[in-house]
Amino acid sequence: MLDDFFIRALFAGIGIALVTGPLGCFVVWRRLSYFGDTLAHSALLGVTIAYSFELNIAISVFVISAIIALLLVNLQKKTNLPGDALLGLLAHSSLAIGLVVIGFLSFIRFDVMGLLFGDILAVSLNDIIIIWIGGAIILLVLRLIWKSLFASTVNYELAEAEGLNPDKAKAIFTILMAAIIAISIKMVGLLLITGMLIIPAAMARNISNSPQQMILFSVIGGLLSVIIGLFTSLEFNTASGPSIIAASLFLFILSLLKIKQSIKLKN
Amino acid sequence: MVESSIKMSLKNKTLVKLNNAGFRINEKWLVQGVSLHVERGKIITLIGPNGSGKSTTAKIALGIYKKIEGQVEKYTNKIGYVPQKISIDWTLPLRVKDFMSLTESLEEEKINEALSLTGVIHLKDKNLGDLSGGEFQRVLLARAISKKPELLVLDEPVQGVDFTGEIALYELIKKISEELNCGILLISHDLHTVMSATDHVVCLNGHVCCSGSPIDVAQNSEYKALFGDQASQTLSIYEHKHDHIHTSEGKIKKN
Repeated sequence: MLDDFFIRALFAGIGIALVTGPLGCFVVWRRLSYFGDTLAHSALLGVTIAYSFELNIAISVFVISAIIALLLVNLQKKTNLPGDALLGLLAHSSLAIGLVVIGFLSFIRFDVMGLLFGDILAVSLNDIIIIWIGGAIILLVLRLIWKSLFASTVNYELAEAEGLNPDKAKAIFTILMAAIIAISIKMVGLLLITGMLIIPAAMARNISNSPQQMILFSVIGGLLSVIIGLFTSLEFNTASGPSIIAASLFLFILSLLKIKQSIKLKN
Repeated sequence: MVESSIKMSLKNKTLVKLNNAGFRINEKWLVQGVSLHVERGKIITLIGPNGSGKSTTAKIALGIYKKIEGQVEKYTNKIGYVPQKISIDWTLPLRVKDFMSLTESLEEEKINEALSLTGVIHLKDKNLGDLSGGEFQRVLLARAISKKPELLVLDEPVQGVDFTGEIALYELIKKISEELNCGILLISHDLHTVMSATDHVVCLNGHVCCSGSPIDVAQNSEYKALFGDQASQTLSIYEHKHDHIHTSEGKIKKN
């Protein structure tokens, strides 16, 4: 028999994979993987704030990540520093501040490993509700900005010239990134969330030839990773986040075989 | 005849209007003091040497550049744009038919029709990254006309297209402007085409050097100074002779 906590983790994981699939494709297309990392690192600060003031973790992480994202956009406009330096600056300083604050919170029992790498035991019914409702909202908003976001991902000027709104779409997408990190942090852990976004999408890129197909395969890849990863985690008592990511890496390697095959066919 | 002229006057004919428009990056003016308007059924062509601000003017008209000097008034949102340079990221798997409905969802029929017109219907299922430069240019033009826009902005639309294709595409552009009754803002280096197919020419060199009908412009002394004395006979751009010089800020100083 499967335990209750495992069923909860499975439900949570499936909800997350449904959202990371499409978002992950945009992260790959728009080259935002380090941006995702930065937001994820800043999430630690969000978590510590949640513990300090007894707030909901998802909401606190969402607010902090969104603030960091807006800060980044502002700094990009105001300084001459390259984007990756700014990302590094924000990622590491928010991570550091988060860890310093943890030091002060010695009176609270704190599972740092669980925070960094995910913990399936920690998923409550409340978390599942947040994941599914939050996820549904994220997908709905993504659907609404789809045309502008996708067109400007292909070419900014075409989108702008032909009456779409790329800047607004970009800003909203940034908020969506903060939201997905907020809802998946308990499950995957903050060090590995970007992997959950990128690896299934990268796998999908290898085996698809249209954007819609890539999103579909990315979702399927994410779902398989969650299911395989969680069963492994249960079986071998490994942390849930790394198990899910390792499963997605396995799928990615399988997708490379397909590329090899199609190159052979071409020759 | 009478009926159509009444119809024309009822409709707002102007699609986009630039009034003393200019754009600069930091202190350097890319173009300034441009006034022009594009009307329904008319082809306006921008000519001028490299770096004279042709593409910049097009981008001002399209609203891509926002912090501009002067005013832009746009009276339509149905716009088709063929940019001069386009960089598409190949991390995105994109077929020609996906690209066609990028900014507006189109029926299969319209996609096929536009791709047939520019002669690339056979490439419909191909990946965008596998096209040659000329093929890609034809797809770009097909995409811009497929949604039957009211305003077409074509920045060097036939670059890289083979010689016979070039003539055919220019004929197509002329036909489209008549059939759709759309306004076209064209940027072209091909002075022959400019002279034969255009209603109004604007000659740019950081500012408007001269403008008018092709014949007027060809006889204009500034145009001759810019393109050489025999510009109507030949296509090559001649050395830059001016009755005025440009200071580093892009201001005009008379000799």
